Amino acid sequence: MEAAVEIKEKKETVLGSEALLKCLLKENVDTIFGYPGGAIMPVYDSLFKYENKLKHVLTRHEQGAVHAAQGYARSSGKVGVCFATSGPGATNLITGIADAQIDSTPLVCITGQVASHLLGSDAFQETDIIGISMPVTKWNFQVSSADEIPYAISRAFYIAASGRPGPVLIDITKNAQQELMEFKYKSCEKIRSYQPYPDVDEDKILEASKLINEAEKPLVLVGQGVTLSGAEKEFKQFIEKAGLPVASTLLGLSALSTKHPLYVGYTGMHGNYGPNLKTNECDLLIAVGMRFDDRVTGDVNKFAKQAKVIHIELDPAEIDKNVKTDVAINADAKQALKLLTPEVQEKSYESWLKEFKNCDDKEHEKVKSQALFPEDGELKMAEVIHQISQITEGKSIVVTDVGQHQMVASRYYQFDQKKSNITSGGLGTMGFCLPAALGAKLGTPKRQVIAIIGDGGFQMTVQELGTIMQYNIDVKILILNNNFLGMVRQWQELFFERRYSFTEMTNPDFVALANSYNISAQRVSERAELDDRINEWLSTEGPSLLEVMVEKEENVFPMVPTGSSVSDVRLE
Amino acid sequence: MKMEQEAKEYTLSVLTEDKPGLLNRLTIIFSRRKINISSLNVSSSEVAGVSRYTLVVTETKEHLEKVVKQIRKLVDVLGAFVYDEDQIFYQEIALYKVAASAFEQNGMIEKLVRNNGARIIALDKDHIIIEKTGTKHETHELYLALEPFGILEFVRSGRVAISKSKRKTEAFIKELESSRSNKLSIKDF
Repeated sequence: MEAAVEIKEKKETVLGSEALLKCLLKENVDTIFGYPGGAIMPVYDSLFKYENKLKHVLTRHEQGAVHAAQGYARSSGKVGVCFATSGPGATNLITGIADAQIDSTPLVCITGQVASHLLGSDAFQETDIIGISMPVTKWNFQVSSADEIPYAISRAFYIAASGRPGPVLIDITKNAQQELMEFKYKSCEKIRSYQPYPDVDEDKILEASKLINEAEKPLVLVGQGVTLSGAEKEFKQFIEKAGLPVASTLLGLSALSTKHPLYVGYTGMHGNYGPNLKTNECDLLIAVGMRFDDRVTGDVNKFAKQAKVIHIELDPAEIDKNVKTDVAINADAKQALKLLTPEVQEKSYESWLKEFKNCDDKEHEKVKSQALFPEDGELKMAEVIHQISQITEGKSIVVTDVGQHQMVASRYYQFDQKKSNITSGGLGTMGFCLPAALGAKLGTPKRQVIAIIGDGGFQMTVQELGTIMQYNIDVKILILNNNFLGMVRQWQELFFERRYSFTEMTNPDFVALANSYNISAQRVSERAELDDRINEWLSTEGPSLLEVMVEKEENVFPMVPTGSSVSDVRLE
Repeated sequence: MKMEQEAKEYTLSVLTEDKPGLLNRLTIIFSRRKINISSLNVSSSEVAGVSRYTLVVTETKEHLEKVVKQIRKLVDVLGAFVYDEDQIFYQEIALYKVAASAFEQNGMIEKLVRNNGARIIALDKDHIIIEKTGTKHETHELYLALEPFGILEFVRSGRVAISKSKRKTEAFIKELESSRSNKLSIKDF
């Protein structure tokens, strides 16, 4: 085994369970989210004496633990770690693991497993978590003897964090946790069958710069790859030098300040009018660290057909997967941009940018003015987000769930700082927000973390209010309550002739619910009071919750209906 | 996407670390795209600790290219290559069980075995076992020829293939070991 590296040092004999914790410390882990149970009890027993070195956060459900680890990873840029026991504990992690896989979030998930001699026998709380997690992990491994622990953990961290990040699951049998082993550790630096960072092909850089320099109507689509590679600065230098208009995908938001003069908006199903429309008018599309998800492209056969396409992407499997490229740069965004910027000419595209402005004016007239500045009627989601954005000056970390509130937050929160947007993009996991927000806060204690949730998603992981209470985690929770599963209801209205099949909800008293967890909470439904309530809510010390009663049947526009071309983006 | 291409039979050769669970990881990539694997063989390669998977699938080249890129992403996969029929030498092996009485009736079966380049590998009082190595077409021909005599049992192996490429597995792996790049596996496609 590759782990058998000779290290001349004093040998230390420890239990496998303790070895695991020592490995985590070697990997600079400071926080673990988890939930104990029979098959992982030896690890929890060892954790008892490591309490001062490793902060363990007891969530109220394993799904909460994995989403919290995701939030932690995405706010801090470090690997998120979670623990769960075998059987149901392990299976409860699956949704979060799948979410992390599709949104490229580095996680190391550790599960307990029945003793080796019981494997495959349908023992109590035995489940084949290696088999179950295989399609949704970047890598997984079952440890069945203590001496495999350093090997497994060193690889796990290396694989989770390098290249295109992703989740790794390590399943450790109970006997492996209880055996004694001689502890030695060496971080993994290379796996011959895994080559996470390709050499950049400089010819491709030159080909790309030629296309950029010759373009008349270029458009950049920025994705999460820029955030993941920490290339925000390089990206800004690149677009500023070449004068390129930038639209962002959902996960790309906050890679570039929304206040930047070259920022033209958010693209995709509920993105802005201009970026969607202009995708089918530009002559060059420059995709940086994004994967042409179908929520971005609409009908892929009618997506940017007139344009040449440059794709800067770290994962070779994403290149030419959904959209055929003219020049593919298989590289980490930071590395590629560093090479590309010196090759592009300084340019500006005044009239082309003006076209985006015109689109924005049109969107303002048809959509934004009503959504942001209604004079009467019930509160609208957009005006609430807008107020929060103004008050926080776009500097908070915004964690969202899935649905209308997510689209509205993405549209109207004016992100001004990097690594500020945490949402479940690819998987669209309702229930993601509350636990992810508490994890995000623990990952970046100095930043304000705002959780924006719908009434539906809130109730999917509402038990995590208990975690927030127990550890007094300063998360500001906003519930946009329309007593509906709003996005499904919107689709029912638009595409299913208003048959509101099982989307209306009778909800509990969320304020009383939060209060029962000792979390201060208030409700607002009047426009005149909104500003004060938001200010009070945000300035409360510690966790607080604000429930805003919003219009029951509000729709999110613009919208590119599923299967339509981005040119057919609807404003109403 | 571009024009629909025609589905054709391709042979995939995948070099991997010899690790448990990898077969599952590999086949998941096909099953989630509902691609049927028509044959699969796993064996050791000429390099210690390295396994060679040989798969045969009928697919469009475009679709298959995406699959192969996803296979290459697997952490324990060293390389994955797609071959047309004319880029490889390949064989399958078939075994046929025939009743000894049929064999003894006349010399017909023995003649078939001889003419088809097959051989008899076991002969006992109840039955004989015939072995034939060749392409699927060839083993099928013998099957049809033996059928009138009564085939008690038949089995055919997965395809094993060796490419006509000059690449040496050992050198390829050495290059992976010394490099931080994955360009090699990309341009080899």
